Amino acid sequence: MPTGYSANDLVLLLPEIVLTTGLLVVLVADLFTGRSRQHWLGWLTIGVLVATAVPIVALSGHATTAARGLLAVDGFGAFFKLLFVLAAAITVLISRQYLEVEQARPGEYYFLVLCATLGMMVMAAGIDLITLFIGLETMAVSFYVLTGFLRPNRRSNEAAIKYFVLGAFSLGILLYGMSLVYGLSGTTRLREVAVALATQSDSLALKLAVVLVAAGMAFKIAAVPFHMWAPDVYEGAPTPITAFLSVGSKAASFAMLLRLLLEGLPAMAPEWRGLFYVLAVLSMTVGNIAAITQGNVKRMLAYSSIAHAGYILIGIVTATPRGVTAMLVYLMIYAFMQMGAFGVLALLRRRDVVGDELKDLSGLFFRRPLAAFAMLVFMLSLGGIPPTAGFMGKFWLFSAAIEAGYVWLAVIGVLNSAISLYYYVRVVVFMWMREELESASVHPSPGVAVALTVAVAATIIIGVYPAPLFELAEASAKTLGMAPRVLSLR
Amino acid sequence: MTIAFYTLAAFILALGVLVVSTKNTVHAVLFLVANFLCVAMLYVLLQAEFLAVIQVLVYAGGIVVLYLFVVMLVNLKRGPETHVDPRRRDRMGLLIGGAVLAEFVAILLYGFAPRATGAAPAAAAPGVGNVEQVGWSLYVDYLVPFEVASILLLVAMIGAIVLAKKEP
Repeated sequence: MPTGYSANDLVLLLPEIVLTTGLLVVLVADLFTGRSRQHWLGWLTIGVLVATAVPIVALSGHATTAARGLLAVDGFGAFFKLLFVLAAAITVLISRQYLEVEQARPGEYYFLVLCATLGMMVMAAGIDLITLFIGLETMAVSFYVLTGFLRPNRRSNEAAIKYFVLGAFSLGILLYGMSLVYGLSGTTRLREVAVALATQSDSLALKLAVVLVAAGMAFKIAAVPFHMWAPDVYEGAPTPITAFLSVGSKAASFAMLLRLLLEGLPAMAPEWRGLFYVLAVLSMTVGNIAAITQGNVKRMLAYSSIAHAGYILIGIVTATPRGVTAMLVYLMIYAFMQMGAFGVLALLRRRDVVGDELKDLSGLFFRRPLAAFAMLVFMLSLGGIPPTAGFMGKFWLFSAAIEAGYVWLAVIGVLNSAISLYYYVRVVVFMWMREELESASVHPSPGVAVALTVAVAATIIIGVYPAPLFELAEASAKTLGMAPRVLSLR
Repeated sequence: MTIAFYTLAAFILALGVLVVSTKNTVHAVLFLVANFLCVAMLYVLLQAEFLAVIQVLVYAGGIVVLYLFVVMLVNLKRGPETHVDPRRRDRMGLLIGGAVLAEFVAILLYGFAPRATGAAPAAAAPGVGNVEQVGWSLYVDYLVPFEVASILLLVAMIGAIVLAKKEP
């Protein structure tokens, strides 16, 4: 354990420091900007995120720890931090127009988005129980408020309360599991926990701890049977926040789960493998079947994101370097396609139309051919059709499962992908083949246009030429200390 | 040591049950105070004096006053009176009497049983007080999470304002 702090620590923590400074600047700048100039806050927020990305990239080659061994500075963390910054930037880009329609003040909104991003970054870098928990809590509290940000909207209020109550409950369960881990190992640092627990893997209390930690985290990634909150919260939250919640929060929770399981509890691999096997199968199946019956696109995407959590969990079940690599690749691809789909939905929000029912998409092709084309790409990608990125992501996940000997898991995944095509294609049918209901046109702001262009381009380019992303993910997954050791335990 | 722990644990559990099962809200808050004080005693038992003092100050003091304010402001209506068992008091008395008796017997048995000389929990490093140690680990070892927690509190504060302020 490092014994003190040095200037080096400041350098290694630069991404977090820049982001913290930036979010305080945004908060204060909000006071000094008049009503008419508030769109500058959005660009200031984008600037903060870009400034945060620079040190992340610069530090991505390190493999060390900072702040007395509480935070890891490695490729794994850098990969996720970039994903969060990207997701936050797209969220801010698609938010401006939406907030104007909703007549909500953007100052605190952007501040809270940045706070959530900071929490996620701590979750991805933390290798210490307390640090991880504080990061999770920072993210969660920001999201509770953001979910209820549209105060005149009753659905938003209801979603916030549900999310808060269930979220607090699940955090309690997680914390109980963590306290058991601490009690059994005598340390909060994950890498020391792994050493201390290596010899007592048959202890009943430790098994209980694994179950509690898994349950707490399964809530955060919305895996069945801990998914009940997701449809209501996704439907009620402001659409850009739904996008950020379904991508950022999920990716951060997966990062934290990987840190906890592979860095801290590799000795319990047989136990948590079995647990997550069941959760993965349940999430894929229940998510996809429930999504078929939904008439509201936000709810449908909520169930689809539950199913996607199931696909991604396959990577945890394998716990091989290849499986972890496939998870990172999939989460990055998922970020683009899911944020893009919600971006199109946010575009449909107008003063008099909520724009999240399936029928609101009717005839979109004739009103906004480009938006309809973007939605087509995202739907095909979410369904896993070959020329798009979604196919590559699923391909790697399932092949990692087969390589690790989980053939049935891959078969169930493929069957579920086939089921999911039904409801993704239904959206396309509505856009192309139904009569349009009203002729009012939606004008995308430059921000939304940029966000959708980036998302479409990434979805297609990764689908056609995936090698760079795969190599980046492979190099990042390697730095997650324990992955090879779990492999050798099998 | 062990007896004290289990007695306290039993009290904490019983008081916790009373907090959630009492109909009268003010009574529930008062049970909560007692619960917090018992937890504080537990901390003393674990030689965490600093934590015990904080427990009394923050929880039994501040938080409970907050709760009482909420109870006063919200003005909860009392639920409809349920059927009261006339022999309820007798049974309660029997239960409590039995518990005390059991405790008495347990103390006697433990007192006369040959005791294994279990090592007391390792005391704090010599020369460094409890409070000082907490300070070291809070402001040196766990400095970064401490700072992040300050952002967390800022988020909670601003979130409360955002959700509660009147529309202009």
